[in-house]
Amino acid sequence: MNIVVCIKQVPDSTHIRVHPVTNTIMRQGVPAVINPYDLFAIEEALRIRDAHGGKVTVITMGPPPAAVALRKALAYGCDEAVLITDKIFSGADTLATSYVLASAISMLGKEQPVDLVFTGKQTIDGDTAQVGPGIAKRLDLELLTYVAKIVAVDQAAGKIQVERRAEGGVQLLETRLPALITMLEGSNEMRFGTAPDVFRAARAEIRTWDRNSAGIEDIKKVGLKGSPTIVSRVFGPTPRDEKAEQIAFDPAAPEVATAALLEKILADSPKVAKELARHQAGEHAGARHE
Amino acid sequence: MKQNANPPIEKFDVIVVGAGPAGNAAAYTLAKAGKKVLQLERGEYPGSKNVQGAILYADALEKLIPDFRDTAPLERHIVEQRMWLMENASHLGTHFRSDQYNQQPGNRYTIIRARFDKWFSDQVQKAGALVLCEMTVSELLRDETGRVIGVNVDRANGNIYADAVILADGVNSLVASRAGLREDIKPANMALAVKEMIFLPKETIDARFNIQGQEGVVIEMMGSITEGMLGTAFLYTNKDSIAVGIGCMLADMKAQKTTPAELLEKLKRHPSIAPLIAGGETREYAAHLIPEGGFDALPQLYGDGWLLVGDSAGFVNAVHREGSNLAMISGQLAAETLLELAAAGLPASAANLARYKARLDDSIVIKDLKKYRKLPDMLHKQPQFIGDYPGLINQAAFNFFSVDGRDKQTKEKEIITAFRERRSLFGLLGDAFRLWRATR
Repeated sequence: MNIVVCIKQVPDSTHIRVHPVTNTIMRQGVPAVINPYDLFAIEEALRIRDAHGGKVTVITMGPPPAAVALRKALAYGCDEAVLITDKIFSGADTLATSYVLASAISMLGKEQPVDLVFTGKQTIDGDTAQVGPGIAKRLDLELLTYVAKIVAVDQAAGKIQVERRAEGGVQLLETRLPALITMLEGSNEMRFGTAPDVFRAARAEIRTWDRNSAGIEDIKKVGLKGSPTIVSRVFGPTPRDEKAEQIAFDPAAPEVATAALLEKILADSPKVAKELARHQAGEHAGARHE
Repeated sequence: MKQNANPPIEKFDVIVVGAGPAGNAAAYTLAKAGKKVLQLERGEYPGSKNVQGAILYADALEKLIPDFRDTAPLERHIVEQRMWLMENASHLGTHFRSDQYNQQPGNRYTIIRARFDKWFSDQVQKAGALVLCEMTVSELLRDETGRVIGVNVDRANGNIYADAVILADGVNSLVASRAGLREDIKPANMALAVKEMIFLPKETIDARFNIQGQEGVVIEMMGSITEGMLGTAFLYTNKDSIAVGIGCMLADMKAQKTTPAELLEKLKRHPSIAPLIAGGETREYAAHLIPEGGFDALPQLYGDGWLLVGDSAGFVNAVHREGSNLAMISGQLAAETLLELAAAGLPASAANLARYKARLDDSIVIKDLKKYRKLPDMLHKQPQFIGDYPGLINQAAFNFFSVDGRDKQTKEKEIITAFRERRSLFGLLGDAFRLWRATR
C-alpha cells in the first residue's frame, strides 16, 4: 500500500488568543502543532501499513518551519515526508490548497501509484473540512468523509470497507481504491514512536518541493491569487445576556433541587413543557389500553 | 513493512540527560570539542518543562558563549535591586540602582526560560550535538561491573550506549534516584516555589518601576509573607510581563499545611505589591522544587561512567538565589573533565572522574555552598530571623517616621524596648553572632 497523509501545522489552540480589536487570531509566539485531527489520519495510515506493508508518506503545504510537523510525523513512524513550500503558495484558501496538494500527490503517484490518501476530518484553525474533498475531486479519488473505523482493506481486489459516522447512525461503506479518507477524531490512539524512529526523524532529510517539483501548472490557481474566498469580517460569538442561576442542592433531599430545576426549565421553554405534557398524556392513555 | 525493525546499536561518546542550563552547558562544551554527543529531553521542546524566576547571571554563560548577548532572548538587564523586609501592610527596604549597569556588557538579565532554553538548545545543536525531545530516560544501562554504559528510554528499542552519561535531569533526578546513585529527595532539603507571569504593556511596567528601554528591576522579599516559614519571594520585570513568585521550604509548608498558591495570592494582594501588578493578566502559573539543602545535602557527584550536574546534584545557593549559573558551571566542568580524560586516553571510571569533584571544589559552586553551609540549619533553629525581625524592623520604621508629637529620644527607647521584649539583649547579641558565623 502506498499511502499519503496530508497534514497541516496549526497554532496550538490552547494558547490562541483573539485580538480584542481586529478579532483576528494572534499567532505570534503561539506554539505550532500538528492539526490534532490529522493525528488520527497518521495513526490509521500507519496501522494499514503495518498490516499490509508499503509506506506512509506525510506531506504538508506551508512555510519552511512546517518541517517541524513533518519531522514529528516521522518520529511517530511515517516513512517519508515532503514539504511543499513556495512563496507563491501563501494566502491560500481551501480551493488553492487542495489544488497544490492534489498536484503534489499526483507527482508522488508518478514515483509509485498512490492507493490511499488520508486527511484529518478538518483543521482546528480553518474548520472548513473542504481540503480533503477538494483533493479527492481533483484526483478523481473515491471520497469517504468522517470515517470512524477502517473495517477491512482488500489490496488484491482494490477495495476498502469503512464505518462512517453519519447523522442518525453509522454507515458501513465499501468502495474501490484509490480513495481519500478523512478521519474522525477519537477513531484511534496515536502510537508512541520507537526510539529508532525518533533518531531517524531527527536525522531525516526532508524533501522540499517548490511549485515546479510539486508539478504546479497554473500559478494563477495557487496562493492568494487562486483563492476566491474573502473573509469580510471576523467576530466572536456574542455572549448570552441572560444570567446563570444556581439552584441549591441538598444531598439529603435531591428531589427538591430536581423539582426546582425541572420547573425552571419548563417555565423557560413552554414548547418543551407542552411536548412533555402531551407525551405524559399519551403514555397514560397507552397504559389504560393494556 | 516497518523500517528499522533491527536498527544498528547507537553508540555515543557522551549522553546528556536533560536540556536545562546544566545539560546544555555540558552538551555544548562536548559537541564544540568534536565529541559525538546525544542529549535527551523528556519535554516536547527544550525549555518546555523548565521553571525559573528567572534571572540569568551573565558570567557563567559568557564563559561558554562569549557573544551570547547578540542572539539570546534576553528580557531586561537589571539596573535596580530592591531588598524588602515585609510586614503585613508595609515593607522596609533598600534600593540599589546604578547607571553603571547600563554599560555593556550587562551583568544580570531577566529571561523567560521557555524561550531562553530553546535558544540555548539551538546553540547546542549548532555545535553538533544530536538533541532528541520527548525521550524520557527510564533507567541507566550498566555492564557486569556496575559501570554505567548507556541509558534506556521509554520507547521500543530504547537502549542507547555511551562512554559516559551526564545526568542533568533536574531537581527530582528520577534517573539517578532510581539507579540508587542518590537518595530520594527530602522535604527538609527542598524549597517549593510558585510563580505567576502577569502581562502588562511595556509602557506600564516602565512607568511603575521608573525604568526605560531594556532596564529592569528585581525585588527580593522576605518577612511576614512566608508566614514564619523559611523562604523568600521575588518580583522580576520582563519586557511586557512581571514574574512574581514565592518559595518556602517544603518541610515547613507540610508542617504548617499551607499551600504555595495561598501564599502567592496573599503576596499579590500585599499593599506594596498589588499596585505594581494591578490590571495585569496572569497567563502562566508554574511551580518548581528547588534543592536548597546546601553543602551538607550534596549527593555523591560521580561514579563509574556517570556524573551529576546542576539541580540533580543540588547545586543551588539559596542565599544568593543562584542556581542556573551553578548549573552551567557544573555542566561545563563535567564536560571539561570528560574531554581531559578522553585526551589522555583514560576511561570515565569513578577514580578518574574524581577530577570532576576536584574541579568543582576549586570553583564558585562548592566554595559558595561551603560558605553558607550552616545557614539553612541556623535559620531553622532560630526562626526569629524570619518570624520576628522583619516585623520588628517595620514597626520600628513606622514608629520612627510617624510625626506624632513625641520626641525622638522617646521613640528610640520604644524601638529598643520592642526589640528587647521580643529578643532579650543576649538574644540579640547571640543572633548577630549566629548570623556572622553562619555566613562567614
